Amino acid sequence: MTTIDAAAGRSRDLTSLRGAQRPEGRRARRRLGLTQWLFLLPALAYIVLFFGFPIVKNITMSFQDYGTRTFFTGEAPWVGIGNYLEVIRSSLFSTTLINTALFTIGSIVGQFILGLLLALFFRRRFPLAGVLRALLLLPWLLPLIASSAVWKWMLDQDSGVVNQTLLAIHVIPAPIPWLSSPDVALVAVIIVNIWLGIPFNVTILYSGLQDIPGELYEAASLDGATGWKAFRYITWPNLRPVVSVVLVLGVVYTLKVLDIILGLTGGGPANATQTLATSSYHYSFVDFTFGQGAAVSNILIVISLAFSIVYLRLNRRAVDE
Amino acid sequence: MKRDSLGRRLPFTILGVLFLAVMVFPVYWMVNASLQANGSAVSSAPFPARVDTSGYQAAFSQQLGNLGTSLIVAIGSVILTLVVAAPAAYALARFGLRGKGIVLLALLIAQMIPGIVIANALYTAFNDLRLLDSYLGLILADASLGIPFAVLIMRAFMLGIPASLVEAARVDGASQFRAFWSIVVPISRNSIITAALFTFLFTWSDFTFALTLTTSDKVRPVTLGIYQYLSGNVQNWGPVMATAVLASIPAIVLLIVAQRYIAAGALGGALK
Repeated sequence: MTTIDAAAGRSRDLTSLRGAQRPEGRRARRRLGLTQWLFLLPALAYIVLFFGFPIVKNITMSFQDYGTRTFFTGEAPWVGIGNYLEVIRSSLFSTTLINTALFTIGSIVGQFILGLLLALFFRRRFPLAGVLRALLLLPWLLPLIASSAVWKWMLDQDSGVVNQTLLAIHVIPAPIPWLSSPDVALVAVIIVNIWLGIPFNVTILYSGLQDIPGELYEAASLDGATGWKAFRYITWPNLRPVVSVVLVLGVVYTLKVLDIILGLTGGGPANATQTLATSSYHYSFVDFTFGQGAAVSNILIVISLAFSIVYLRLNRRAVDE
Repeated sequence: MKRDSLGRRLPFTILGVLFLAVMVFPVYWMVNASLQANGSAVSSAPFPARVDTSGYQAAFSQQLGNLGTSLIVAIGSVILTLVVAAPAAYALARFGLRGKGIVLLALLIAQMIPGIVIANALYTAFNDLRLLDSYLGLILADASLGIPFAVLIMRAFMLGIPASLVEAARVDGASQFRAFWSIVVPISRNSIITAALFTFLFTWSDFTFALTLTTSDKVRPVTLGIYQYLSGNVQNWGPVMATAVLASIPAIVLLIVAQRYIAAGALGGALK
């Protein structure tokens, strides 16, 4: 945020300088201000139409009986908090909420720990380190639905390579019904999401590690702090701001996830992998009850925004420090 | 700095290759399975000993149109994103506009709004505007995936352009827009390429809008083609994997050809 203010101050100075040089100062300045806003106008329109409008529309829809009939007659009677009550009282809601929490926490913990270990590993200097780290990004760049497709095949109960391998090395006695049993489906989906999130975590954490001055470690090693001690007293405290950012962004991104779950399980079996995001999709686009879909959406967005605010505060503090 | 001998460092390379192998194994398996005839009851062999292209033949005959649709939508969104985002990035980097802090905040938050929330509302609006099942509708919606990111990453770069460069052109009588177009845009080339590449990847991979804003086969991106395979009972994984490979080609090509832009974007998106 400090950089923003500095830049703003700089261009304000220039503007006033220019105004002083010219005789028709004030009018020229107003015209200049207008041109400047024209640069921003298309983006502002976009923010309003594609982010502002949907949020407002979701709020109004969530208080309306907005369904199939609405699309024919244009009528959407007000129902107060009826949609929220219906959604929350549904037997599905607590399942959805718990699934969302487990999916998010499981994914974040897995991605972060594995990501941090890999980032620490790649900080060592060895031949090909750069190339290997670059190729690690691949899973992150593929279309999520393509990754879901291959994982669905790999996790196939009878013919998938995961069960085949685990059976061959005698880790499991019988094939695990990864995606078809309500008991393990959520675990399977979390595993896939961890795999997807590792590259992002490695990239950000690695760059955070690079920013820690090498002298700190040299000084510490003189005091006998190496290995775990160096991590505990130098790496971790210095990495903390980056860690916060990675974790919060991870939560926000995980809450959004739709492709992976719909692709792997469709929210099933028996709603075992239904999250707030997939549930909102089902209400709106499968059952065509947009009012209830919007209600779930709003619950989702409140949770997301809470984390976004945490992120923005952390980000500001990280910049200020 | 410690100076280790090559002999002591090589084990790390081997370990690194192993880690990478685990991480990219699914990608290998995708390519591997796409080259085999896989009945649903037959596991894929570890290597495509006898290359079978029937998966690709099926994929091409069933998905070529969808791949074309994805390409049109992605390119359209990239152009729209750059046209909207580049001037905005410049304005936010250089002009002392009141309230630009709020605009930056809105862009940061916009990136975090779940796509399904936007899709809910856009469906109703697009239904009224007859934009469902249209290229234009998908391009407009998909550009929303790229614009906040593109503005933020280009702005971060443009903050570093010396004001004197632009001022010199202005003194020579160039309009604001001329100065932007002939000085700022060429200098910012790298950040514009990064923004374009990522917008392409975002929109090419888009699933949420493709799923919700199309209702027929008329305009159908390849991501939805894959989803349709998956939501049925897959009898033969060859064509599914072949389509997944085809859909992954842009990402693979960009990772190899445009490595430095990708790395820049991966960091910029999170921390700027």
